[in-house]
Amino acid sequence: MAQIELEAVEKTFVVRRKRGRVRRERTVVRAVDGISFEIEAGSVAGYIGPNGAGKSTTVKMLTGILVPSSGRISVVGLEPSRQRLQLARRIGVMFGQRMQLWWDLPLIDSFQLLRHIYKVPGDHYRRNLERFRELLDLDGFLQTPVRQLSLGQRIRGELTAAMLHDPEIVLLDEPTIGLDVVAKERVREFLTEVNSERGVTVLLTTHDLDDIERLCSRLLVIDHGRLIYDGDLETLKQRYGGERVLVVDLEEPRESLQVDGAHVIRVEGSRQWLAFRRDETSAARLTAAVTAAAPVRDLELHEPDIEDVVRKIYAEGASEPTAGD
Amino acid sequence: MRLDWELAVRGYRRYAAYPAATWAGILTNSVFGFIQAYVLLAMYDGRDDIGGYDAADALTYVWLAQAMLAAVNVFGWSDFAERIRRGDVATDLIRPVHPLRAGLAFDYGRALYHIIFRGLPPMVVGAIVFDLTAPGNPLVWAVFFVSIALAVSVSFAFHFLYNLSAFWLLDYRGVMRIAIAVLAFFSGLYIPVRFFPDWLQTLAYLTPFPSMIQIPIDVFVGYTTGVELVVALATQVGWAALLFTACYAAFLRGTRKLVVQGG
Amino acid sequence: MAESLALYVRLVSARVRSQWQYRASFALDILGVFLVTFLDFLAILVIFHNVPQLGGWTVEEVALLYGISGVAFSLTQLAVGQLDLLHQLIRDGNFDLVLIRPRGSLFQVIASDFRPRQVGRVLQAATVLVYALVSVDVAWTAGRVAMVVVAVVGGAAIFAAVWVAAICIVFWTVEGRESVSSVTDAGSFLSQYPIDVYAAWLQRLVTVLVPVAFVAYFPASYILDKPDPLGAPSWVSFASPAVALVAALVAGYVWRFAVRHYRSAGG
Repeated sequence: MAQIELEAVEKTFVVRRKRGRVRRERTVVRAVDGISFEIEAGSVAGYIGPNGAGKSTTVKMLTGILVPSSGRISVVGLEPSRQRLQLARRIGVMFGQRMQLWWDLPLIDSFQLLRHIYKVPGDHYRRNLERFRELLDLDGFLQTPVRQLSLGQRIRGELTAAMLHDPEIVLLDEPTIGLDVVAKERVREFLTEVNSERGVTVLLTTHDLDDIERLCSRLLVIDHGRLIYDGDLETLKQRYGGERVLVVDLEEPRESLQVDGAHVIRVEGSRQWLAFRRDETSAARLTAAVTAAAPVRDLELHEPDIEDVVRKIYAEGASEPTAGD
Repeated sequence: MRLDWELAVRGYRRYAAYPAATWAGILTNSVFGFIQAYVLLAMYDGRDDIGGYDAADALTYVWLAQAMLAAVNVFGWSDFAERIRRGDVATDLIRPVHPLRAGLAFDYGRALYHIIFRGLPPMVVGAIVFDLTAPGNPLVWAVFFVSIALAVSVSFAFHFLYNLSAFWLLDYRGVMRIAIAVLAFFSGLYIPVRFFPDWLQTLAYLTPFPSMIQIPIDVFVGYTTGVELVVALATQVGWAALLFTACYAAFLRGTRKLVVQGG
Repeated sequence: MAESLALYVRLVSARVRSQWQYRASFALDILGVFLVTFLDFLAILVIFHNVPQLGGWTVEEVALLYGISGVAFSLTQLAVGQLDLLHQLIRDGNFDLVLIRPRGSLFQVIASDFRPRQVGRVLQAATVLVYALVSVDVAWTAGRVAMVVVAVVGGAAIFAAVWVAAICIVFWTVEGRESVSSVTDAGSFLSQYPIDVYAAWLQRLVTVLVPVAFVAYFPASYILDKPDPLGAPSWVSFASPAVALVAALVAGYVWRFAVRHYRSAGG
């Protein structure tokens, strides 16, 4: 049995909204519309999709916060909605935008309190704390009240908090949001480390394609409450995410540029959009080719974001989850 | 003048936007109305007159006090103190209208909403269950509403005054709590000031608080008549003038301190 | 059970520690609250300035009601007052964080804060209680003394149960919070006076539905040897602990039901 199993899981909400002065409108929102997948212990999976796709709802159901409308969920053999307390001991959760730590207390105090809340044996706690201090470089601010920490420091504290009790699975909801490049890298290193060192299963929801690239072997893409891709990253990129766009501001308007490895998808005055694939040419080579072809005032490189990838997947009518090869 | 009207409308709308809170308030007022009504009624067991009120007067007092509670804003607010604490008051200094005046206009709008929607319902409830009195003379009604308007002014100025303590105190909430507790008692909200022993009544009338609840109600139940009505209104006007002057002066000193020290 | 208590103490101490930096204003706050809440009792003294008895009870006897009810309610405020923040937790989405942890949700909310200021209210009510105990005309027996303790403890439990049950409305509508005071504060206010003065419908309400009559009135009736309180036999005062227990169970059930709703409807 896989460590995490979802079978035909659905979650519908009834939203009542006021229309005008008296009438009330009743809409049924299908936040999660029949999702099934399995995650084996020890893997690192990314769960991505546009805003409102149903990511948070799925995570909430996995953790027992929300009860599914129908379907079956099993996490480490437990049913989250019925066995919340038991499950809570064995999983760690981190919300990038919400805070678990105690605001007014030094960071170390939060760890102590969590230790007692989770009933972590003394030696486990000390060992874990030691290891995380090392991995995340916490020594500089362990005694600082959380409200005085920078975002990066706070996130490192939150990561520690999620892991102190030796969870078998850790679920992270947008863990790198708002962080600078260095801090993001640190978070990713940490997650890779705990996964390989301790075999902790990592499931993270994110908007950041780089998070996916660095961390995830497995990718689940959700849109409008449905799973539209379930497989590995390479296949996904090859199929849908290969295209990047170079936006060129020419000195003066011209006909569409003809350059090898790219094709013009849009022209507006002296600005042209050239789409090209990673495997066919590089941005550097394309830039050289473009500047050789015409006088260029400025240019900009657009990477595909997850919205583009997902939109593409959806547009291609993949209503069944397409498995990676 | 136009600006005042705009502010008043905004004040009205700000509270009209939360009907749930209004309903909850009506419920609370009614529940407390019942409890206090029965307690006062029990005082009239075996007697007809206490402090110049008969039983009907006393019951009317209870329900009117609950009805006026929201309009007169007995339990106060700390919005302006928060503005001072956060430093937002700096923007008030460059606006074309004095915050005192803007605040009062806004408060009148709010009071109108509360008189109608937090005032009428408890009165209706009280009138259905108990035998209340009401003035027969339309002139008295007119004076009553003027008195309420003055009560709102006195109350506003008083709350504004302790809000200003935020210029000097790090934690103004302690002052606020004491101010409101004293207000609630001496305004006659818990028990009519007329029931107080003479010395305590004298003490009460040395404060602005009876102007907020006791005086308007005395007009309504007919305790205050004829020339006394003029005296009552004059008392309220006097306290309003005094408190507004104090607010104005304190605000001046506070902002000066702010400007000098940089807040 | 003991472990939960230890955790509760730890969580509350953490709150006290984080506020300890402001301890100068602690003392002032407590003093302020202590003095100011006497105004509450002053209203009762004003009543008795005008009449010798209220519903057949003298001023010392009503002071006993006030004292028992006051100490019970202020203890409740100390213990579960944080429920007032529940609507904020829900609104900010932080109640989810409570559900992530391997502990009961009610326990976590209650242990989440501590307001030392409330101690002032406890002291004030206790002062009035002491005054009442020394001035009432009672032949003190072990049973009567025990009844005072039972009344305060049981009363606090009843108030807490009422508070927990009432606050659950915020799981359905956050704005409902404003109506909670019409149950909790009104219940406290009402229990300061002899229930005899209220109309029959209100008397039934506070004995059966929101049983605050069992906080001070029935215990005090026993202590003061008042026969036939509300027409009930005098042993009804001994039912206070049982009523407190039932109220606690009902409150627990209402809370669980409310959280189940929150987990279905999505908060």
